Amino acid sequence: MSSPNKNLPGWIDVGLIPLINISLAFLVSGFVIWLIGEDPIEAVKIMINGAFGYDEALGYTLYYTTNFVFTGLAVAVAFHASLFNIGGEGQAYIGGLGVGLLCLLLDQYFPLWLILPLAIIASGLFGAAWAYIPAYLQAYRGSHIVITTIMFNFIAAALMNYLLVNILIAPGSGSPESRVFEETAWLPFMHEIFAWFGAEITRSPLNLSIVLAAIASVFVWFFIWHTRWGYAIRMLGHNENAAQYSGIDTKRVIIGTMCLSGALASFVGINEIMGVHHRILLEFTAGYGFTGIAVSLMGRNHPIGIIIASLLFGALYQGGAELAFEIPTIQKEMITTIQGLVILFCGALALMIRPTLERLFSNFTQNNKTAVVE
Amino acid sequence: MDDFFLLSLSTLDSTLRLSTPLILCAMAGIFSERSGIIDIGLEGKLLAGAFAAAAAAAYSGSAMLGLTAAIFTSIAMALLHGFACITHKGNQVVSGLAINILASGLTVTFGIAWFHQGGQTPNLSGDARFSPVTLPGAEIIREVPFLGPIYTELLSGHNLLVYVAFLAVPLTWWILYKTRFGLRLRAVGENPQAVDTAGISVTFLRYRAVICAGILCGIAGAYLSTAHNAAFGREMSAGQGYIALAAMIFGKWRPVPGLLACLLFGFLNALAFRLEGVSVPGIGQIPVQLMQSLPYVLTVILLAGFIGKAIAPKAIGRPYVKER
Repeated sequence: MSSPNKNLPGWIDVGLIPLINISLAFLVSGFVIWLIGEDPIEAVKIMINGAFGYDEALGYTLYYTTNFVFTGLAVAVAFHASLFNIGGEGQAYIGGLGVGLLCLLLDQYFPLWLILPLAIIASGLFGAAWAYIPAYLQAYRGSHIVITTIMFNFIAAALMNYLLVNILIAPGSGSPESRVFEETAWLPFMHEIFAWFGAEITRSPLNLSIVLAAIASVFVWFFIWHTRWGYAIRMLGHNENAAQYSGIDTKRVIIGTMCLSGALASFVGINEIMGVHHRILLEFTAGYGFTGIAVSLMGRNHPIGIIIASLLFGALYQGGAELAFEIPTIQKEMITTIQGLVILFCGALALMIRPTLERLFSNFTQNNKTAVVE
Repeated sequence: MDDFFLLSLSTLDSTLRLSTPLILCAMAGIFSERSGIIDIGLEGKLLAGAFAAAAAAAYSGSAMLGLTAAIFTSIAMALLHGFACITHKGNQVVSGLAINILASGLTVTFGIAWFHQGGQTPNLSGDARFSPVTLPGAEIIREVPFLGPIYTELLSGHNLLVYVAFLAVPLTWWILYKTRFGLRLRAVGENPQAVDTAGISVTFLRYRAVICAGILCGIAGAYLSTAHNAAFGREMSAGQGYIALAAMIFGKWRPVPGLLACLLFGFLNALAFRLEGVSVPGIGQIPVQLMQSLPYVLTVILLAGFIGKAIAPKAIGRPYVKER
């Protein structure tokens, strides 16, 4: 997103500036907490304890982290091609539909080891398909991807609403949810997996999907920086004309990137539908797609940064839930506020402090030089 | 037939009510985007405005104070957007998104802290709300066939802000096309270099454009919480800022077509309410969700270039960097 600056050394650019931006976001968040009459320090203590203090909390934190890794990677991959995919929410929603349909179809006949790969494929296909249309329109008809992906989020919500209320609803059920899958289509929880090896950890929604998230992170790192396609994506992102003149089919790259992005976002469906809820239900995406944008901006579009940012947001979500329990005036919307501030400072205002730092740094180096001459 | 006439009247009546926030936000979007600043933060400004209006009206008991608070809050958000994308050349989409998310978080956080009702504001009544205005002569010509009901039922009896919204359209048109400010605003959205060369500050011009957008979104917010409804509820803007964005694009960034798009989307919404659970002869029941998603689907089809071509202002989304 931001071009590297020659005037500043790398460690300031990738280390110090993001750190200052994040600190600013948290400072303002603390100020908001202080404004509503609560103690920010106390809130941070409760949050840290609520997110990491005991192993159930850690399980929840990692479970949220899994979702954010998927949506963060999705946004990052698109960012590398200089495409802004706001549609992660819709792609995750439709991806979950793919997972759910497959499970509803096969859960009575096949074992898990067969259903899982098929579910991953179904999820990826559905998510990619939902990203394909905006991508096609961007590549061939010149419509702005930001606007079309926003529209597709709403269309996805309406579609899912219709399907769940009218078609997929379990017979005799009052709420718009599909029937619960047979246990053959349940992803094992981490506490179950640990139990197979004789280790005991507390129950939490954390499930096998976190392994998928780890694989996806390595895959994205390898794909973006170590393959021909990744090179094409980054080239497109830096300079579309240059990419075109060097013989890259930019239209295909745009569509391919968006499909990959949609597929990554869709894996939220694996975690939520196959891993936790075991049925299709309304609004299971719960804003994870939008949080992915904050995660990607904060993680500077690199898988390692994204994992760190996801962990932070996972902790914010879980710690925030605990906080809402302890201090009733601070509800989950406070976490939404923090998320907005992170997007503001790490995204929109990312360049705010750079001129100041540049001046400081050049002053500093010049002083050093004169000192040497003297 | 008479029944059908009355039924269509009441559907059109709710069309006007439902279009009002869309029209105000779409005009806001036109000001911002014609000056070259993408404004996906309409939704956030609308929501923040709605909360500010309801909170101020609840404390003061005055709808006008509520409106003022809404306008100032929305302008503050617009200035934040301007600070990020005009002064610091940040990504306009990211900034707009940040504003939307901030608004959705802050409104409820402050709502809980101030009113202890789970993010809602207390119910407003009396002077704290905008009440219906009866247009002059509405009672006299009520009995005139056909025109009478149209005037009394459809045009009269809305609250002040509905009329403000409909006046905002010719006003926007006049400002954009008939004033020097409007000419410069449109120029800065197409070719900021040219404007700069003429010795006019691109920065100041764009700031004024986003402030205009802030004012209009603030009015729309006040409409939601103190006129159309009687309190603020969490997420009460419910995507209407995005629909207004769609309408603005649908109207190709021009005030009058934008108004028509808002009326169309408002009508679709009113129709969705009307048709809920009703079987249409020959078609059967139309899913509500289909009607609700039509504005988005239509906008996508438009953007795909199948209904004319929507061409955005040329310099949109690009921060202006002065040559040194």
